[in-house]
Amino acid sequence: MKPVTKLVVAILPVLFLIACGDKVVKPDEESAQGDAVIVDDGSGGVTTLDSSEAERLADELGAGERLQDAIEAGDGLEAGELADVIDMDAAIQDMKDLLAESKVYFDFDKSDIKDDYQDVLQALAEFLVANPEASLVIEGHTDERGTREYNIALGERRAHAVFQFLTLQGVGQDQVRTVSFGEERPDVEGHDESAWKWNRRAVFIYTE
Amino acid sequence: MVKRTCWFLLLAACLLNAAHAALTIEITEGVDDALPIAIVPFQWSGPGPAPENIAQIITADLNRSGQFEALPEQDMLAKPAAPKDIKFNNWRVLGIPNLLIGQLHATDTEDLVVEFRLFDVFQQKQLAGFRYRTKPGQLRNIAHKVSDIVYEELTGIKGAFGTDIVYIKKFSNKDPKPYRLYLADADGFNEQEIMRHHMPIFSPTWSPDNSQLAFAMAGSMGQGVFLFDVATGKSPVRITPREVKASAPSWSPDGKKLALQVLENGSADIFIMDVSSKKMQRITKHWSIDAEPSWSPDGQSIIFTSERGGTAQLYQYSFAEKKIKRLTFKGRSNLRAAHSPDGKMITFVHLSSNNGYNIAVMDLATEEMRLVAGESNGESEHESPSFAPNGSMIIYAANYLQKSTRSRKTGLVAVSVDGAMRQHFVDNGIGEVREPAWSSFLN
Repeated sequence: MKPVTKLVVAILPVLFLIACGDKVVKPDEESAQGDAVIVDDGSGGVTTLDSSEAERLADELGAGERLQDAIEAGDGLEAGELADVIDMDAAIQDMKDLLAESKVYFDFDKSDIKDDYQDVLQALAEFLVANPEASLVIEGHTDERGTREYNIALGERRAHAVFQFLTLQGVGQDQVRTVSFGEERPDVEGHDESAWKWNRRAVFIYTE
Repeated sequence: MVKRTCWFLLLAACLLNAAHAALTIEITEGVDDALPIAIVPFQWSGPGPAPENIAQIITADLNRSGQFEALPEQDMLAKPAAPKDIKFNNWRVLGIPNLLIGQLHATDTEDLVVEFRLFDVFQQKQLAGFRYRTKPGQLRNIAHKVSDIVYEELTGIKGAFGTDIVYIKKFSNKDPKPYRLYLADADGFNEQEIMRHHMPIFSPTWSPDNSQLAFAMAGSMGQGVFLFDVATGKSPVRITPREVKASAPSWSPDGKKLALQVLENGSADIFIMDVSSKKMQRITKHWSIDAEPSWSPDGQSIIFTSERGGTAQLYQYSFAEKKIKRLTFKGRSNLRAAHSPDGKMITFVHLSSNNGYNIAVMDLATEEMRLVAGESNGESEHESPSFAPNGSMIIYAANYLQKSTRSRKTGLVAVSVDGAMRQHFVDNGIGEVREPAWSSFLN
């Protein structure tokens, strides 16, 4: 297999899982996706019901397998064109875009990774293991409650929890690095749980 | 205690003075038994109009303290400028026990001379009198110095009107550089921007001799602690090693070391760093969060926030015993302590059982805790408390209802340690004002 094909084969299931499995709808996106229903399970974990079909497909996907299904169900690419049509730059750009949207959410004052995110992180780990030249910054964030410096520490704990998950799966320590922003960069402005739950998060920045 | 809502809006002071106040002060609660005083307009002898209205600055300072109530100028029966002109009866009939008079003279050079005298009306006795030779640009500082002398003479507490504050202003995230660090006089005048950046700036703190500011920055350029030299005004420099994720600086009393919160393997611990050698020394090692150190003024201990007991509480590390002792037990959590200048008290953020954030004080000898600000004051999101240099006031940031505009705003609040007097530092800009730190007494 050519290196480029290997990368794409590794990348696509990750893209797909991130695109479908972990899709969440923030309040400011609701109008654009009017039929989305947000289900809050009370633990802070959120699932959307508008993409059940995609989720089912995503669940069936194994890393690097059923590639054809993924492409057909995913973004309209013709299966036969795979290795030749998709160029690396575009795939990496997609990776960046999707990583930018992919977030791991946490409960108040907690830094343990909930079950909802295990599959996505597993796929991400496999991608990073398969592509040791790829690297990520994990940003840890908190909601506005509590003191600023405490939140810098809490944000770091969250980023580190993701770091540990990935490195335990074999990702190189030099491939991932953590940064805490504490409460300084909220995703959603607001002073109650409807905003806070989106701000307690770890996010990924793809670096080259 | 019966509290009185008096709220003077001291706009006049801003309008009549050339110096610009970025933050104006609204007193929202004053003490009932404020001490009456008459501050007679200083007589100007020199060409043209007086370069500064000194009496007005002193009036604003003393009224703002909440402990004084200055007689309005229009109620004065006479305006003496020299002791021989004083008729004590003019003040006695108004029930004014204290009288301040003064003069401002031009000289042959550019210098100006300010002189003032403070009298006890009932005893007909001079309590204080001074003369200063100064430059025109220093008149505001001289006026604050007069306020300090009057305040100390009449209350027994050292005045802090001539001190400075630093704070952060946070603008909208759409602003390319939303984080700004500012320095201003304690009355909100003479605001200067020290720096602006796209990455978060937080935790500014004065060195004990006021010559330097330490503060933290976070983000992709690497978290660390920076120093700004106030005297030279040169651009801030990083002082913690680049690979060390440090923040929350707190100076040792000799100004040679900093206590820091350092992130390592996902855990925050307390370290101290020698500022000149940059040698780091670990103070705590615990898997839970240890954060927000405050070095005691006697140098003997560090109080910090730790989650080691399950919730965030305050703990004290003693250098002599190398032991850690838990200090707080009430409420859901207690965070971010700051020592009083005499080291006898701390102020901190107290999370009550109903999840409200409050500002509390604790006497370290008795370990008795008391709230000085909370949601009952119509405020929320209290944070970053610290003491004024004379220990009489606590300054912090909170979201409050601005009286003059009837809108909610995040800004600075000062409250007397007994909770009786409260004032808002109203910022008329669009930024959110946060993380105030008061200088110690300036020389």
